[in-house]
Order: sequence, then C-alpha cells, then structure tokens
Amino acid sequence: MRALTWHGRHDVRVDTVDDPEILNPRDAIIKVTSTAICGSDLHLYDGYIPTMQSGDILGHEFMGEVVEVGPKSKLQKGQRVVVPFTIACGSCYHCGKHQYSACDNGLPADNQDIGQELYGQPMSGLFGYSHLTGGYAGGQAEYVRVPFSDVGPIVIPDGVEDEKVLFLSDILPTGWMAAENAQIEPGDIVAVWGCGPVGLFAVQSAFLMGADRVIAIDHFPHRLELAKKFGAETINFEESATYEALMEMTGGIGPDAVIDAVGLEAHGFFVDNVLDQIKKSTFLGTDRTHSIRQAIHACRKGGRVSMPAVYGGFVDKFPLGAFMEKGLTLKTGQTHVQHYMPALLNAIMEGKIDTEFLISHRMGLEDAPKGYKMFHDNQNEVTKVVLKPDFAVAAE
Amino acid sequence: MADEADTRPADDAPLAASKRRDAVDDATKTLIDKPGQGAATSIVGRAVTINRPVAELYAYWRDFGNLATFMDNVVSVSPIDDKRSHWVVKAPGGKTVEWNAVVTEERENELIAWVSEDGADVPNSGRIDFRDAGARGAVVTATILYDPPAGTIGKLIAKMFQREPAIQARRDLRRFKQLMETGEIATASFTKKQLEEEKA
Repeated sequence: MRALTWHGRHDVRVDTVDDPEILNPRDAIIKVTSTAICGSDLHLYDGYIPTMQSGDILGHEFMGEVVEVGPKSKLQKGQRVVVPFTIACGSCYHCGKHQYSACDNGLPADNQDIGQELYGQPMSGLFGYSHLTGGYAGGQAEYVRVPFSDVGPIVIPDGVEDEKVLFLSDILPTGWMAAENAQIEPGDIVAVWGCGPVGLFAVQSAFLMGADRVIAIDHFPHRLELAKKFGAETINFEESATYEALMEMTGGIGPDAVIDAVGLEAHGFFVDNVLDQIKKSTFLGTDRTHSIRQAIHACRKGGRVSMPAVYGGFVDKFPLGAFMEKGLTLKTGQTHVQHYMPALLNAIMEGKIDTEFLISHRMGLEDAPKGYKMFHDNQNEVTKVVLKPDFAVAAE
Repeated sequence: MADEADTRPADDAPLAASKRRDAVDDATKTLIDKPGQGAATSIVGRAVTINRPVAELYAYWRDFGNLATFMDNVVSVSPIDDKRSHWVVKAPGGKTVEWNAVVTEERENELIAWVSEDGADVPNSGRIDFRDAGARGAVVTATILYDPPAGTIGKLIAKMFQREPAIQARRDLRRFKQLMETGEIATASFTKKQLEEEKA
C-alpha cells in the first residue's frame, strides 16, 4: 500500500510499504477514506519530537471503512468508522474511569519504559506519533491496523459525509475537553490562545457551555476571522499588546478561564521565547512556552487554566508564583477521545457544532508531502488539509 | 519472630527499593530462600495492579506452562511434577540458559515462592505475591533474587541486549497485565512476519 512516511526534519515521502495484517483478536483493518494533517504533525515535521525513526508512517486523524476484523472485534466489514487517535484498551482501571489517554495497556510493554522514565508512568498509545507513543503506524495511508477496535472506533451512520465527522478523531474532542477543563460557568469570559483547529473548536465549545464572551488570540488574520465567525472577540498579538488588551476588555479583572491551545510551537518574537529557542538548541530547556506564561499572567484571581496544548518535556521560567498567589487551577492532558465521541457525534448531527468550516484544502494521499509544506509555510490560509487516498492525483 | 523485627528496614518501603547494600541479605532473612548455590547479588521487585480477580491471576500463573506467553525471554517452562519445573531462558548472543525450579512455598491466591536447584546456569529465587485490591482488581508483586552470569560484565552485556532482569521483570509484568486485562499483548507490529521477528 501507499503511505506517508517520515524520514527526517522537513522530509516526508509517500512510499510503498507492506499492507497491515490482523495480529491480535481485537484488531480491525480500516481502509482509509479521509485523513487529516494535524497541527501536532508539524511538531514531527519540524523534528521536535524524539524517538522518530526513518520510515515511520504518520497520521492520527483518520476514518474509513472496515475491511477486516479479528475474532474479538465488534465491528463488521463495510461499516464506516472514525478512529480515535488514542489507543486505549477499555479494560484497565483508567479506561474504566474514562481516562482513556491514560490507558495502562495501549502501549507495547517495551515502549512503556520511556514514559515510565520521563513521566513517572507511561500513557496510552497514539497512532503515528513517534515511538514514545508506541511506534504505531499512522493513518496517512491506504490501510491501518487498529488495535482494540471493539472499544475505539465509532460507527458513522450512512449518508453522513466524511468531512462532517472526521475531526471526531482528535481536534474536536480536544477542543471540547479544553473548554471542559476550563470549568466554564455561565457568564464567564474565556480567553483562548491559538486559533488553530483546537482553539477554534474550544471557542465553539466554550459558547455551548455557557460562556458569555470568548476572546481569541492569534496573529493569523484569517484564523482570527474564523474565530469571529463563531462569535469570539479577537486580539491580534502583532497589532495589540495581549495582556493590556485582555485587562481592558475584562474591566481590569482578567478572563475567568484561559485556554492555551498553542503549546510547543508558540510563535512570537518575545525575549523569553527567543531565549527558549537558544536554550532548546543548546539542550538547556526543551519546551517553548510563551503562551502558557501569558495565559497565567492574564487569568483572573482564582481563575482556571486549561492547557490542551502539547508539551513534552521540562520548562523553566514557569510563573509558579503567579499561579500560586492567584490561586489558579490547572487542568490539562491528552484527550480522552473515546469518552467524548458519542456525544460530539450527536452534537454534529444536531447541527450544534460546525466542523466543515475548517477544511481549507483537499488533496490525494500522493500529494501529502506538498500538503505538509503548505501547512507548515502558510498557517494563515491553510487551516486544515484533508487527504483522500481515493482522490485522483491533481492534474499538473 | 523477635529477630525478624531487628532485620526489618526503617520504613514501610519494599526491600527492592532499599538504598542499603545489604538489602539482599535482608531479603534472604525475611522474605525469600537463598538460591541453592552461590550468593545472590541482585534483587528485583516490581508491583503491578491488574483489573481482574485475584483467583484468576493466581491460577494462570500457577500453571507454569503459561508463563512463556508473556515472559519474552522464556523459551519454555515445562512442569516436571507438581513442585518442580524446567526452565529454558534466552541469554545474550543467541544462547539459552536452563535450570530446574522448585516451589518452596505456595498459598492459593496469595503466594508462590521458588528456588532454582543445584546446577542452575543462573541461580535464582523469588516469590510472587497476589493481593486483592478491591475495586482495582489485584496487586501482583514479583520479588526476584539472582546471581547474574559472569558478574558485572555479564549483567552489563545482558543490559545491552535488554535481557537485564530488572527491565525484563517490569516488561513481563506489563505483558501479564495486558494479557489478563485485554486478552492480548499489545504490539505496534504491522505484519505477521514483523511480529515474529520481534518475538524472536
């Protein structure tokens, strides 16, 4: 089959690789019909994530048709499913508490060593996202082997288009959980850093949860426009000073809840950010973190901080003083996708959440390397690239 | 039992987490029989919580022939009689090591303890404790004493090949947990061929 493979920094290619096979009783093989490039795939593309190996198949947002099932899979051939990016067993203590991304059994036993050393306990597996998360082949391919297919994939009713439901795999539940972690109360003012897909879904979710106002912060005009479309007020941090703007817009109080949907690749040429860049390249620090600092600084006293953004290592200059003195609460974590999928599928079907607005580009799988480059180079206009293995290769 | 109090460590942490050099000696005084020959120099202890009834876990483990399904380094465990079993275990460099193990103590759904018999390639002894953990299932704790082959260098080589017992015990227990909780052992392999190669 054909698959998008990683070969190094800014080097991804479509290669011919072996077809996946059923290996465990609960496996299913999915023929991919739609798969997206995620903002966090750019972290791999830029070489920020360790333990990548040449030839690794990327992609963790995908859906498709069930073509083969193991004896313990509950899926049936021909069903259309969206696959959660977190690989979770559904049987362990954490899955029992619906903390799917903390699943004990999603990672192969040997791969759990890294998480045990780095984080104290290993987390669930993820598709197509380095060997730290299991080394599982991803969904930017014609076929994918899906472990624990009896508890992960959600079956999509006939007649519902791929593009409406594809984002159930990651970014919609991630944006929703970000808003949920902000513990929004009716009347709240919520500030969201980053108007990427997760930020934009967090904006929609925050309003659905009763936020009175949402203030979206970014520097890409087109992305800010999208946030505005959903009723958010905007701050372009290249035009305005974020903290000052937030304080004035909230009558000197600060937002009740802040959501950092930027994370590892915070742009912005601030002094501490540049310093982080230097430290990162000299191994003194690993994560660049301007957005979370600013969010904590701006958040009102006793407010809530939600951090869906991806951080992997250690940070310094974390404003622990402000965090403690103001009595803030921080909630974060990889998304418990399986927990949110059913309710969010309903919300899409009922027209409460708009998903298709996000897709700016559609292309064939063969064009995936072009899609990565476009997404990387032009984040203003390229909000989401959806790859379709069946898509005819664009005529040159 | 008065003596036992004197050999107890100063806190409630398990002996395998001890910073003291004589933890192995303490273990052989209070916890585990010495391997039949030679002095054990290393202690490994690992606890894992498994979301299954304790009786199920004990029964699977006590059927020693099952152990090779989740212990990656174990080629085979063949029962000789009710108490004794023959172990064939992978070693660095494509070799195998062998020994006979004899059960020295067992209490249903609680404990299995063993020592290797004289002539073992890698003298070892240990115990597996099973404890009910209520809504969380059961806690299985493996505590193993062993004398690594060819001393420090052997241990170093074993570590390079990831056959070091401390790493291996942790991974084996994770696989046991996976098998008991999910009915399968997680793999990121892509094809049957690749899976076979990884198991080799």
